[in-house]
Amino acid sequence: MLLIRCPYCEEERPELEFRNAGEAHIARSANIAGESDDDFEKFFFIRSNPKGIIYERWRHMHGCARFFNAVRDTVTDKFIMTYKAGEPKPAKLPGASK
Amino acid sequence: MIEAFRIPGAGRLKQAKTARFSFDGQAYAGVEGDTLASALLANGVHLVGRSFKYHRPRGFLSAGAEEPNALVQIERDAARKTPNVRATVQELYDGLTAQSQNRWPSLSFDVGAVNDIASPLFSAGFYYKTFMWPKSAWKNLYEPKIRAAAGLGVAPDQPDPDHYSARFAHCDVLVLGGGAAGIAAALAAAETGVRVMLADEQADFGGSLRFESGARIEGQDGFAWAQAAVAKLRAMDNVRVLSRTTAFGYYAQNFVGLVERIGDHLQKPGRDLPRERLWQVRAKRVVLATGAIERHMVFADNDRPGVMLASAARTYLNHYGVAVGKNVGVYTANDSAYAAAIDLKKAGVNVAAIVDLRDNPTGPVINEARALGMEVNFGRAVIRAGGKLRVSSMTVQPKNGGGERTIPVDAILMSAGWTPSVHLFSQSRGKVAFNDETKRFVPGTYAQDCISVGACNGTDGLMATIDEAYAAGTKAAKDVGAKAAKSTKPKIDASESWSRGMLGAAPGAGPGTTVKAFVDFQNDVTAKDIRQAVHEGMHSIEHVKRFTTNGMATDQGKTSNMHGLAIAAETLGKPIPQVGLTTFRAPYTPVTFGSIVGHARGELFDPTRKTAIQPWAEAHGAVFEDVGQWKRAWYFPKPGEDMHAAVDRECVTVRTTAGLFDASTLGKIEVVGPDAAKFMELLYTNPWEKLEPGRCRYGIMLREDGFIYDDGVVGRLAPDRFHVTTTTGGAPRVMNHMEDYFQTEFPHLNVWLTSITEQWAVIAVQGPKSREIIAPLVEGIDMSDEALPHMSVREGKICGVPTRLFRMSFTGERGFEVNVPADYGQAVWEALWAEGQKHGAGAYGTEAMHVLRAEKGYIIVGQDTDGTVTPNDAGLDWAVGKKKADFVGIRGMARPDLVAKGRKQLVGLKTKDPKVVLEEGAQIVGDPKQAIPMKMIGHVTSSYWSQNCGRSIALALVAGGRDRMGETLYVPMPDKVIEVEVTGMVFFDEKGERLNG
Repeated sequence: MLLIRCPYCEEERPELEFRNAGEAHIARSANIAGESDDDFEKFFFIRSNPKGIIYERWRHMHGCARFFNAVRDTVTDKFIMTYKAGEPKPAKLPGASK
Repeated sequence: MIEAFRIPGAGRLKQAKTARFSFDGQAYAGVEGDTLASALLANGVHLVGRSFKYHRPRGFLSAGAEEPNALVQIERDAARKTPNVRATVQELYDGLTAQSQNRWPSLSFDVGAVNDIASPLFSAGFYYKTFMWPKSAWKNLYEPKIRAAAGLGVAPDQPDPDHYSARFAHCDVLVLGGGAAGIAAALAAAETGVRVMLADEQADFGGSLRFESGARIEGQDGFAWAQAAVAKLRAMDNVRVLSRTTAFGYYAQNFVGLVERIGDHLQKPGRDLPRERLWQVRAKRVVLATGAIERHMVFADNDRPGVMLASAARTYLNHYGVAVGKNVGVYTANDSAYAAAIDLKKAGVNVAAIVDLRDNPTGPVINEARALGMEVNFGRAVIRAGGKLRVSSMTVQPKNGGGERTIPVDAILMSAGWTPSVHLFSQSRGKVAFNDETKRFVPGTYAQDCISVGACNGTDGLMATIDEAYAAGTKAAKDVGAKAAKSTKPKIDASESWSRGMLGAAPGAGPGTTVKAFVDFQNDVTAKDIRQAVHEGMHSIEHVKRFTTNGMATDQGKTSNMHGLAIAAETLGKPIPQVGLTTFRAPYTPVTFGSIVGHARGELFDPTRKTAIQPWAEAHGAVFEDVGQWKRAWYFPKPGEDMHAAVDRECVTVRTTAGLFDASTLGKIEVVGPDAAKFMELLYTNPWEKLEPGRCRYGIMLREDGFIYDDGVVGRLAPDRFHVTTTTGGAPRVMNHMEDYFQTEFPHLNVWLTSITEQWAVIAVQGPKSREIIAPLVEGIDMSDEALPHMSVREGKICGVPTRLFRMSFTGERGFEVNVPADYGQAVWEALWAEGQKHGAGAYGTEAMHVLRAEKGYIIVGQDTDGTVTPNDAGLDWAVGKKKADFVGIRGMARPDLVAKGRKQLVGLKTKDPKVVLEEGAQIVGDPKQAIPMKMIGHVTSSYWSQNCGRSIALALVAGGRDRMGETLYVPMPDKVIEVEVTGMVFFDEKGERLNG
């Protein structure tokens, strides 16, 4: 069972308390009704499935109930960092060489 | 009874009490502290099982958890039967009853042994080759026969009466394995004051110190030191010591699963004790001290009872005081078997000969063996074991061929070397590395915060092991922030040391031979099978494993994997590391379902949610149905009524007088705040800004893809307060959906979302008399149609308690839903019930509720919709705000496929024969005479007998349904074709006049 750090509770808690909520940083357009079919397809259906670093949303369901963002390595399953919803994608990851 | 093979003065069980037991109905005596294996051996019993495939007689290979052969069934009573228990780890208690497995009619005469003679038919991969044709035979012949022959032992056919507990634990340093290394590491860490856990699978700590007679630590026998050291650890407040506890799985971030066996070794386990306890431990650091497992020699008929690992014979002697024979032979490729021979010889057992495959080994144990007068042969191989139910001889030959010599023996002790137990390390996703010099896989790259010490790390010798383990314990404590403590590193006075050995088939069982030289005893895999698998094209070790089943039995190849790998590598002509090791998987040893399940069974398997009114429903004879976790009153049968009669009566009662219905399970969410209306506008298709406080509206919630997600009536209590209802099953996901959008997409809105499902009990009162039933109990609410029209809500009091009184209807009748605080639910229900009795009202359950709503064409999300239905498909376009600029689903709804012609639309169906009730889920076709497979144009979503309509009614999703009004369609069933007519969805009171009736 993974340990996940909730950026709101500022604590590492067991995976059981959390729910995955899909890929992060996919913004819903303010003018969604006016989007083209192609744009809507990209927004709604197309997701990345990387081998390696993935940016995803989690919810601290059985804790503070907040949604937040996480960076996880899909190869090692390790969480590299977590940050609050609405914060930008981190420019640099801790421990990354570049 | 005399235990003929118990040697007076030997072992550590000298003062132990007698324990009587039976094996296959025969009574025996052993002593407390024995395992079933040592007790049987003390009585001279070696034959304890039959092998899986060939039904070959089998005895004990080992004295520990790696045992592949000696699997027995332990029976305490009719419900407590445990198959596949390794006799080598089952502790003896007075009254133990064990049975052998996989034999008929008896262990010594087993009809299934014909498989051994017919073994050419059962070569590697025979399942894949043999049972292919004819195809029809698989279902009727092969599969039932194979299933009957497969599996060992008999599973109990009664519920498990024992209970199992579970604990979570956290510690700084978790030490797995309680031999010399583990104890030293635990001591080092514990002395710094950090929280330490130490676990070992055996009843007694000490590991290989159980048999290493040459080890002396701190001035005492190694095993005695281990007991003293563990007693010291047990006395420390910061240490938890767990014996009989197996670490079976190593998961992410130092999360380790352990099973503690609490009752299986006791004669009468207390009913207050769990049988087993599951420990889920999160450790900051893990020290792996899991030791090494001795390998057998791979030669012809190496599976005869009496042929066993040298360390096992030594354990039986030095710990249990049992000689495994009177005249033993030794076959080895390393030094450790000499130590066994020496100990046995000193205990008075004749050692017929030592056969050493090595050419000119030297060392103190060899000198000592010679000094004791034992015959030692170098450069020779045992090419065959004689005997059938028990080994009777070993045939020796120079390893490069030559004259054979047969030596009578009653046991063969063998050792091909030691395999480090890297199972847990490998499970932690660490990468093993092959040491070419010592021919073994040892921990290489670590993936987690753990460290391997001692034999499992390839460290030879007690001195080096203690040094390494103590340093690792100290470092682990330091890593978690401990201050250095005064070193109390155990002092080694004398030690044993050996390494090396051989891998693969021994001479006489090599390429070109067809003898049965077993690699994997439990799955009957021979050296020949592995070579054959390679020859047939299995070049990956993972394929060889699956084709031969090598290492796939319950022992998971603890003794066989390295031999199998070496034979595959040799056949492939590749070095071992290039062929690779198969993956180690949890569990290390078999784990009972009970320990994984714990208390989560029966009523505790899943929480049961009960409404405040459930006790009343139970008292009034309700039959309940499960709806998610809820128990809901399904119908209320009167004496003599079946379900149909009860539901018909309930439906008629509602439409003639009134009915009371417990609607408490409805999901309820309060949306509050200055931006509550804006939020509702975004989450529901309907317009909300202009809904006046005190009025209600039927709302539809979509997913972003434009499909219906949930529905429910929403009441606006105040400009900034909405009381939202959801479907019973949908409440949690609707709340999650709302929170998701609120927190991440619309965080600028000033809104609070609160689940109030459990806070309000809901009593629906529906029917022409509903107002008359409620009105006398209500204070502060004008109940007239002018003041409280259909689809409105008021706050006031009922029976003196606060209420949110909704005027709404899910039946098409004049109706109310009385919300009261849950604690008052039953009291208010009883008051309404008493009023209702004056008017002839009755209670109705969920089935009548379903029929009544279907009569009116009201949909149930999840029954009449399935996640691919748009508001338009469901005929609910009127509920979508046409002027809205945004709501969740607005864009998805406009996708080309969702606005295309010919989509399935919700319509009504009437069977031509009004008495025929369609089956829900039945498929609909346009032409029943077309060829199979027919083109299906829709399916029935809801179907009931309607007593109020005097006929059957149904709802269905039909392609282009609304353009087919009046058309005849067909529902093909196995025995007939049912003719139906497409109709509107409202079957009763089409004009809706009864809402105010």
